[in-house]
Amino acid sequence: MRKIGVFVCHCGLNIAGTIDVQRVVEEIKKYPGVAFATDYKYMCSDPGQALIREAVADYGLDGVVVAACSPAMHEVTFRKTARAAGVNPYLTEIANIREQISWVHQTQPEEATRKAIETIATIIEKVRYDEALEPFSLPLVKRALVIGGGIAGMTAALHIADAGYPVVLVEREAQLGGKMRQLSGLYLNFDAAPDLLETKIAAVMQHPNIQVLTNAEVVELGGYVGNFTVKVSSGFQVPGSRLQVPGSETAQSGINLAPETRNLEPETQNPEPETFTFDIGAIVVATGFDLLPKSELGEYGGGRPPDVIDGLQFERMLAGGEIRRPSDGAVPKEVVWVQCAGSRDPELHMPYCSKICCMYVAKQAIAYKQRVPDGQAYVFYIDIRSQGKGYEEFVQRAMSEYDVLYLRGKVARVFEEDGRVVVYGVDTLSGKAVEVQADLVVLATAVVPSTGARDLAQRLRVSTDEYGFFSEAHPKLRPVESLTAGIFLAGAAQFPKDIPETVAQASGAAAKVLGLFAQQEMVQEPTIAFVDEELCAGCGLCVAACPYEARVMHSWKPIAVVQTALCQGCGACVVACPNKASSLRNLSTEQLLAMMEPVL
Amino acid sequence: MPNTSFSEIIQTRSGEPLHTCYFCQKCTAGCPVAYAMDYKPAQVVRLILLGRRDTLLRSNAPWLCVGCDTCGARCPNDIYLAPVMDVLKEMALEAGLAPAEKKVYALHQSFLDSIKLWGRTHELSMLMEYKLRAVDLFTDLDLGLRLMLKGKIALLPERVKDLERVRALYRRVGR
Repeated sequence: MRKIGVFVCHCGLNIAGTIDVQRVVEEIKKYPGVAFATDYKYMCSDPGQALIREAVADYGLDGVVVAACSPAMHEVTFRKTARAAGVNPYLTEIANIREQISWVHQTQPEEATRKAIETIATIIEKVRYDEALEPFSLPLVKRALVIGGGIAGMTAALHIADAGYPVVLVEREAQLGGKMRQLSGLYLNFDAAPDLLETKIAAVMQHPNIQVLTNAEVVELGGYVGNFTVKVSSGFQVPGSRLQVPGSETAQSGINLAPETRNLEPETQNPEPETFTFDIGAIVVATGFDLLPKSELGEYGGGRPPDVIDGLQFERMLAGGEIRRPSDGAVPKEVVWVQCAGSRDPELHMPYCSKICCMYVAKQAIAYKQRVPDGQAYVFYIDIRSQGKGYEEFVQRAMSEYDVLYLRGKVARVFEEDGRVVVYGVDTLSGKAVEVQADLVVLATAVVPSTGARDLAQRLRVSTDEYGFFSEAHPKLRPVESLTAGIFLAGAAQFPKDIPETVAQASGAAAKVLGLFAQQEMVQEPTIAFVDEELCAGCGLCVAACPYEARVMHSWKPIAVVQTALCQGCGACVVACPNKASSLRNLSTEQLLAMMEPVL
Repeated sequence: MPNTSFSEIIQTRSGEPLHTCYFCQKCTAGCPVAYAMDYKPAQVVRLILLGRRDTLLRSNAPWLCVGCDTCGARCPNDIYLAPVMDVLKEMALEAGLAPAEKKVYALHQSFLDSIKLWGRTHELSMLMEYKLRAVDLFTDLDLGLRLMLKGKIALLPERVKDLERVRALYRRVGR
């Protein structure tokens, strides 16, 4: 028979103000198996913890129940205390008599006291049947995979590689650089993007710890955190995927037409894709973004007028040097930027703010005015969101120094007429309708997840939001982790971001990877599911029920097995199993029935 | 569209940096006469930047502005609208347009005539001129009478000592 000690906390008056703690202690002392029971003002304080340690020594306790606040608050604290006193931490349990009793039954002290006694009794029953457990140790492969070779992926790869760990960098296109490859000068100081990028690419290519695979895609992922098996196909071409070759048409036409994306000829590809398999410990997903196709925006020309272009097309013009409109190569004298083209439009397109447009439009308008000083730049906007160091001042400079005319109001229609592009809008600040006969219209189209991001997410078993952006584990406190252990997120793959934010998140993801790699081995909580091989009929219902992909069929035996590193102990398999072959450690069916006994 | 030279001219003549305007509407919110204006002070700035010359030169806002400078004192970008309103009034007259508020214009003229004549205002003659110019003979007569009985309105004008220097100012602006 286990010798259990019960420690009832007052939590000042939080508990003792409602519950008669003395009576609880008196009643619990009589309960079978209870060798010791006491109460104290603050059990989590140093003297409170000392009290537990002394009682364990004096009465030879081998099980501890602390009746106090939620286990989310102090389970870790009291399990440490128990371990220090020589009691297995998994034989130490919390009875929550604060959040679930004293706080919610303040007007019923009598009933609250009775509920507290019953609750403590259930936990005593649980401890009686608890097994002494030890955390698992799992081996850890200290090699990282970075998916995406844009600024996010390269930043993360360099940080991890600099710390001395090998990195496999997989890029879908033929070259590293991602979207930043298409950009001209960057906002705030007009740093030349190509120069910054070339330095980064050179650092990545020359790094002894980084293996770069271009024209490559992750085709399969197996295993779990610390022990992933990744198959990468090099020379792989996703159906419909396109290779963008910036500036390629400039030389032929003499006009800096925005080079459209073009399909790479199959002959130029490696005809037989090679597949490589890697053992990987952690993964950084940095697949970036695409722009909403102009063809989606019927009211803005539906992609048909040649002089209605998107932000990246204008970037490529700027990078090419001269600004000439696609239709006839003339220098445009009246240029209109349309912000929120497809963003902040819950009815028709994307409800979210694409975040980067306000700033890049200000930059493009300034760059235009620098090259065409006698031209007129108009920007239609709903709100200007310039949140960042120096960002607001930059936008104000566009207005006051470069005379960019900002018009507050969403553009209603863009159409071609007599070789010009007509823009119907309104200036809500004066309440006047505005019509501009423009030479060139630049749509700041919505930022959307990179093509194929959803498929990749499925292969990685990582969740995405409704738009296909990778979901972070917690919107505020865990913004660089996915919900799948060992897979981290960087850059616009998670949500639209500009370069500084992308670099910050990529550095954060790299730090998380390094934190994982700094461990000797991985430690896993032992309170997870297990399968009784004698009872398991191999029906596979648990495999389907498991939300963490932790259940698989045995490679040759007709039974299901638990991948211990992936199991989160949720219990879905226990419910699904028709044979009661699935159980959770320290939450067995027998235990649950015993726990129900005192309250029936 | 837009007539950028129009906004350039106004900014040069008034010396006010209209391009820095946030359109936060603080000027409109504080203006004591905005309620009577067809375009509120911030809208006037907006229309200037949009180059709406004709709209503005026919607007009553410049004529109703009392020049109290509350707008400029509160503006986050240090824009004072009274000088801007003055430029708009001048441009309207230069363009040969009838002032949108005839009585205000009549008062301005009567005031200037009085100064030209005496070197300072003589309320009685100034107001008589105003009433003739504005064709408004009876408004506030009772008030004027009460002020006179209390000796607040001098019957005879007083001339400043160095009237010639005042007259020189008038000659400089061709009046």
